[in-house]
Amino acid sequence: MIGEHVIGKLKVLVEAAKYDVSCASSGVSRRSQGGLGNAAAWGICHSFSDDGRCIALLKIMLTNYCMYDCAYCVNRRSNDVPRATFSVSELVELTIEFYRRNYIEGLFLSSGVVRNPDYTMERLVRVVKDLRLKHRFNGYVHLKSIPGASRELVDEAGLYADRLSVNVEIPNEASLRLLAPEKDFRSVFTPMSYIQQGILQSKEDARRFRHVPRFSPSGQSTQMIVGATPDSDKDILRLSSALYARPTMKRVYYSGYVHVNRYDARLPVPKTPPLVRENRLYQADWLLRYYQFRVDEIVDDALPNLDLDIDPKLAWALRHPEFFPVDVNKASYEALLRVPGIGVKSAQRMVMARRFSSLGMHELKKIGVVLKKARYFIVARGQDSPLFPDLGAARVRALLSVPGASRKAEALQLKLAFES
Amino acid sequence: MRVFVHDGSFDGVLAAVFDAYSRRAFPDMLLRKGEALPLFCDDVCEVHADEAKADRVWRALQKKLSPSSLASLVMCWFSEQPGSAEWIFRYVCKVMDSSMSIEGNWADKDVRTVLQWGKKVASERERLLQFLRFQKMADGVFFAAVEPLYNVLPLAVSHFRDRFSDQAWLVYDVRRGYGFYYDRKAVEEVSFPEPPKGLRGGWLDPSLVAEDERLFQDLWKTYFQSVAIKERKNARLQKQNMPVRFWKYLVEKR
Repeated sequence: MIGEHVIGKLKVLVEAAKYDVSCASSGVSRRSQGGLGNAAAWGICHSFSDDGRCIALLKIMLTNYCMYDCAYCVNRRSNDVPRATFSVSELVELTIEFYRRNYIEGLFLSSGVVRNPDYTMERLVRVVKDLRLKHRFNGYVHLKSIPGASRELVDEAGLYADRLSVNVEIPNEASLRLLAPEKDFRSVFTPMSYIQQGILQSKEDARRFRHVPRFSPSGQSTQMIVGATPDSDKDILRLSSALYARPTMKRVYYSGYVHVNRYDARLPVPKTPPLVRENRLYQADWLLRYYQFRVDEIVDDALPNLDLDIDPKLAWALRHPEFFPVDVNKASYEALLRVPGIGVKSAQRMVMARRFSSLGMHELKKIGVVLKKARYFIVARGQDSPLFPDLGAARVRALLSVPGASRKAEALQLKLAFES
Repeated sequence: MRVFVHDGSFDGVLAAVFDAYSRRAFPDMLLRKGEALPLFCDDVCEVHADEAKADRVWRALQKKLSPSSLASLVMCWFSEQPGSAEWIFRYVCKVMDSSMSIEGNWADKDVRTVLQWGKKVASERERLLQFLRFQKMADGVFFAAVEPLYNVLPLAVSHFRDRFSDQAWLVYDVRRGYGFYYDRKAVEEVSFPEPPKGLRGGWLDPSLVAEDERLFQDLWKTYFQSVAIKERKNARLQKQNMPVRFWKYLVEKR
């Protein structure tokens, strides 16, 4: 039974889990099967916290005791933070009561490693098993797979959870070894491949047999910390691209490093998390997943880091004047997607609308295409003199660049000084 | 000037389309019954919301439109905007007159209006699914007060019935004075001629709620406050995703 004493525990265990970025609840569509809950394919965000992030799931740890000592982690063994542990029944009741009030879509459960990986993983599996079997809970469950847990436990978890994930955290093995002496790439990629094999096996079986339990139907995801190590955007995006090439990897999240352990000399102490860089990485990630870009078109050995002042698609466009201008009435869908400022939706609408009449700037505006960036790179009816490349990359860049976060802060200070 | 007067239902508007085609006479204006007629009108025609007529128009639409465009049309109706009947009328006529599918023609004003309003209403429905909060009452029924901009509650009922199929719930639209009650078997529409007693600003009087309701509200508030990362505070993004008009109905923001 849950009482007042749970409030304190909840606080500790949420604080411990909040640096995990993933909160997606999409990817599974499940109608009610008697009992409580269903899962909506597109995911539902039920609230937005003060940092603007979506809250879809009860993101929490079973315990924040941990036997590892990873430098970047708030829950490392050598940190002096309050520790707490939920019992399986408390966590199950909390999830169900929150769900019944429409606070959440489901549970995102993770844990510090206690005693050994198998012991911890087994307790995680017990929570989701209790939810599914005892309480007939059909909501969304995302389970962290504990590095080093045995294959049998991962296989069992996959039968009850909608998504399993293992965090890479550090994109480079040497850096990972330095910061997390008890971990290496093998301990991360082994459970990832267990999950992948489980999903593929279940899909294969579904082709042959009538009733096959689905295995982690929403695939797997992972997360990398940005800015804790000297790794470049090239290292990060190459790894992402390799991960997306795997059949079951749905999302790679990027988490701007928040200096939780200031005293550790192996880590930098940034004033603020690298939010602009994180944003640019997500933009690049989208280019990989939805805009048919290859990773070497975005970053390569000559340009290992993303431009912070302009988005990666604009940067690509300015490097490739030969591709422009794009004629909105003739260009293929793929070519439209390469125009800075034109997204998937706008491109689809343009392709649909131009079947009925040729498109001029006015029509584009009406359709909802944002022309701030796009107008430099396209020709339309009534406007056949292209602005780029005639205008020159440097001019366009100057017109469209967003000053970096640092410069923004400086400008603000100057302005205040002037006004006072 | 020719005016058609419909009865204010979706079927009525579809029946108006049917009448226009069968008389080969298209109205200059489409009015709801009871609305004031314009000063000069020589031909006023009352449309009877005949189910058979509406049904024929709907079936013809089903042949020519994709399910998502049909949904936009219905959503557009639930926008309750003064012009919605005319938008739908013109859109349906365009669909009927064209030999090819017009649904992707974003550059056309009538098509765009229906698609845009369809989208607005669909996103309001989505927000209802996101930001509705139940309070558990002493008798075990889960209660929620909502105040959507458009009349989207009927569009959201199926979601709640499926999701909360093993709990009794009551959702009440404060602005429109009606709601839906689900007794674990079926959903029925309930109307409240005057605001229910014990409800203040969308929140139930403490004497009416279940014993543990306060505790779970406190737990949720604790969760909400603890999950934010202070170093990344971004109030603008929060307001953009969760408009302030919902806050008074949110446990965590009240």
